[in-house]
Amino acid sequence: MSLFHVPRRLNRHVTRRAVLGAGTALALTLSLTMGIAGDAQAQTPPGVLIVGQIAEPKALDPAAVTAVNDFRILMNVYDGLVRYKDGTLEVEPALATAWEISEDGTEYTFNLREGVTFHDGTPFNAEAVKFNFERMLNEDHPYHNTGPFPLAFFFSSVDSVEVVDDLTVKFTLNAPYAPFLSNLAYPTGLIVSPAAVEQYGAEFGRNPSGTGPFKFAEWRSNEAVVIEANPDYWDGAPELQAVVFRPITDANTRTAEMLAGGIDLMVEVPPVALSEFQSDAYQVYEQAGPHVWFLILNTKEGPFADVRVRQAANYAVNKEALVNEVLEGTADVAAGPTPPAFAWAYNDELSPYPYDPEKAKSLLAEAGAEGAELTFYVTEGGSGMLDPIAMGTAIQADLEAVGFDVKIETYEWNTFLGEVNPGLEGKADMAEMAWMTNDPDTLPFLALRTEAWPEAGGFNSGYYSNPKVDELLEAARVATDQGERAALYKEMQAIVQEDAPWVFVANWKQNAVTSDKVEGFALQPSFFLLLDDVVKN
Amino acid sequence: MTGYILKRLLSAIPVLFGITVIVFLIMALIPGDPATAILGSYATPENVEKLNRDLGLDKPLVQQYFIWLSNMVQGDFGTSFALNRPVIDEVLERFNGTLVLAGTAFVLCSVFGVVAGVISAANQYGLADKAITFVVLLGISIPSFFLGMMMILFFAVNLRWFPVSGMWPIYGDRTLPVLLTHLAMPAFALAVVATGVVARLSRSAMLEVLRQDFIRTARAKGVHERGVIWRHALKAAMVSIIPVLGIQAGFVLSGAVYIEIVFQWPGVGRMLVDAILKRDILLVQGGVVFVAACYVLFNIMVDVAQSLLDPRIKT
Repeated sequence: MSLFHVPRRLNRHVTRRAVLGAGTALALTLSLTMGIAGDAQAQTPPGVLIVGQIAEPKALDPAAVTAVNDFRILMNVYDGLVRYKDGTLEVEPALATAWEISEDGTEYTFNLREGVTFHDGTPFNAEAVKFNFERMLNEDHPYHNTGPFPLAFFFSSVDSVEVVDDLTVKFTLNAPYAPFLSNLAYPTGLIVSPAAVEQYGAEFGRNPSGTGPFKFAEWRSNEAVVIEANPDYWDGAPELQAVVFRPITDANTRTAEMLAGGIDLMVEVPPVALSEFQSDAYQVYEQAGPHVWFLILNTKEGPFADVRVRQAANYAVNKEALVNEVLEGTADVAAGPTPPAFAWAYNDELSPYPYDPEKAKSLLAEAGAEGAELTFYVTEGGSGMLDPIAMGTAIQADLEAVGFDVKIETYEWNTFLGEVNPGLEGKADMAEMAWMTNDPDTLPFLALRTEAWPEAGGFNSGYYSNPKVDELLEAARVATDQGERAALYKEMQAIVQEDAPWVFVANWKQNAVTSDKVEGFALQPSFFLLLDDVVKN
Repeated sequence: MTGYILKRLLSAIPVLFGITVIVFLIMALIPGDPATAILGSYATPENVEKLNRDLGLDKPLVQQYFIWLSNMVQGDFGTSFALNRPVIDEVLERFNGTLVLAGTAFVLCSVFGVVAGVISAANQYGLADKAITFVVLLGISIPSFFLGMMMILFFAVNLRWFPVSGMWPIYGDRTLPVLLTHLAMPAFALAVVATGVVARLSRSAMLEVLRQDFIRTARAKGVHERGVIWRHALKAAMVSIIPVLGIQAGFVLSGAVYIEIVFQWPGVGRMLVDAILKRDILLVQGGVVFVAACYVLFNIMVDVAQSLLDPRIKT
């Protein structure tokens, strides 16, 4: 009986007046909320740049992370021994002022910049460089347990790092490896403060210290990472007082924040949203990068074992329509396996396969492959994949127009990788794929050589094999002269284009939008976000 | 009563145990692994194998499960691969965000839903009933994420009354009014559908009660109509409204996922979606177990509340 007592008493008090009162209170709260809403939309302070990022960063330890999203912060907090020259993918001095490469290409000796200190006040020197690379590469190093270091294999050719004197450091490689310098310019090669690693251990990723133009200030999980100007930066103090990186995963919400003034700079603008920013209040930036979007063709079995059918597919796909209509002009048509952003290694005599359905039909007739049935793997998303479902559907229509019979199978990204990376044999005839790399060596070496077939541990999921291409790529990797490497890569591109192991589709142009208060911003072909020269009024 | 609560709590243990097994198996069986997700383009078999070893994922499944379970029983949920911080910190912080959002939406839908339902029933087929029914059907029919996006476009981008996203501003004090400006749109968008459901079901529960003899008796002995509706009828109808509210509490918690994504709200739903896409196994497992435990607890609370209201339910 006593149990029933409680609700009855409660109920006696739930009168209409009480309910009305509660409703009024709610209405009041809402109007109060709206009254002060003006404050909530206050503009961000001058000198502070708010950047809309695509995700929460994993860590601010350059050796431990792999995502472009994290690199965008890291490149402003740290320096590497070398960096990419503004607007190019060619290396120039950074923390190293000069270097020498031995005759046989296995010894790199770097002279280090004098008088540079980490944000924690400790000096940058040869010992610090040695610490950084041994931490990543040497499993017995006392701080190797602050990993794992998923991209350490970028430096797997390093045999030893020697301190010659305080400002000279020597790397010895186990074999000549030409991409070594551009790998040093990659975020994995950024130099962290050994003292900070010793102090924070596995927590270093949340307490970073480097030598870069900005120093770490604060990390509020799921809200913001704040970095502040480093007034003592060796390359000149930055103009901004601080940068705030806000993770906003949904692209539509990111667009809305940009339109509402909640952020000053937005990266990865969805193609369909670009038209929103065509006024004087915004500036849109575009920059082609080292990205290529292609279709892997199964050259081992089925219709694509015949080179004529592979070429027919290249003629059949209307790449212009894909980049202009599906991608709204956010990409260029790709001609071959190497993106034009690698200006020094790109063969600009190649022109893309033209859109020529008649030619495709006659090649198919010649090969006797009319009506060939194709299984086409399409992903739902994924890094660098742009708009994969819409693109896959458009490609399917183009291929069916010339007489293929295409069946699409769609997978979530990680599942897709699990299907494609082990090879297409017995499963599919073609699959979408995209790569972003930092050196012209990486993609063809990992995805076009005979020794890069899946069973050998590579990404050549379509089993392309041409001994001449293998030979050229091996030679380019050990040549230390850039001109010589360039010639080898150019020859490789011409052969691969003719052999058509892929359908070459698009090179993505990275985009960004800033408000009219932001000046001095430029996107880099590396896709890194460099903010030391940016001004916000 | 204490014995009843204790019995219900004990019966939750096998349920939770089953949940740990299921969520562990699902994460083990879905294609794709964390090493591939982390390495992206560079996921060569060699690199994947090395990273799996570093992450401790090379051990047999059964062993992995018992390591995870025994650590969890001791309060250690492990470290997230993708966020590089303890799972429990992330889950608690995010759950707090979800509670604020879903809690507000729950209060909104309970109060407005019940009031609208009672008014509807009291004026059956009258003008108020028709107006409320129309609004309610409209609310039920709009997907919450779409409503959320439209609200952002109208109230945040065009009128600039509210901030677009997030729970707190980047700069400035963290006061209640500031929180409310951030909370208003997502909580409203989340509450709309649930309010409609509560209103419809409260209406029918009330109508059923209003047909009963004791209501006629109350009217016959001269109780004011207001008293008949809000005191006599609503009290009786609450017995069938409370379970509906319990179901709606679950609904706003799960519906919060879409709203959290649209409004970039730092809640547990969005955390789980991100974690699944990144194959962040420990975060998914820890998050699901935590949320499941809360559901179980909430259901027990609803049952207890119902047995307090209705003595016919045996304790």
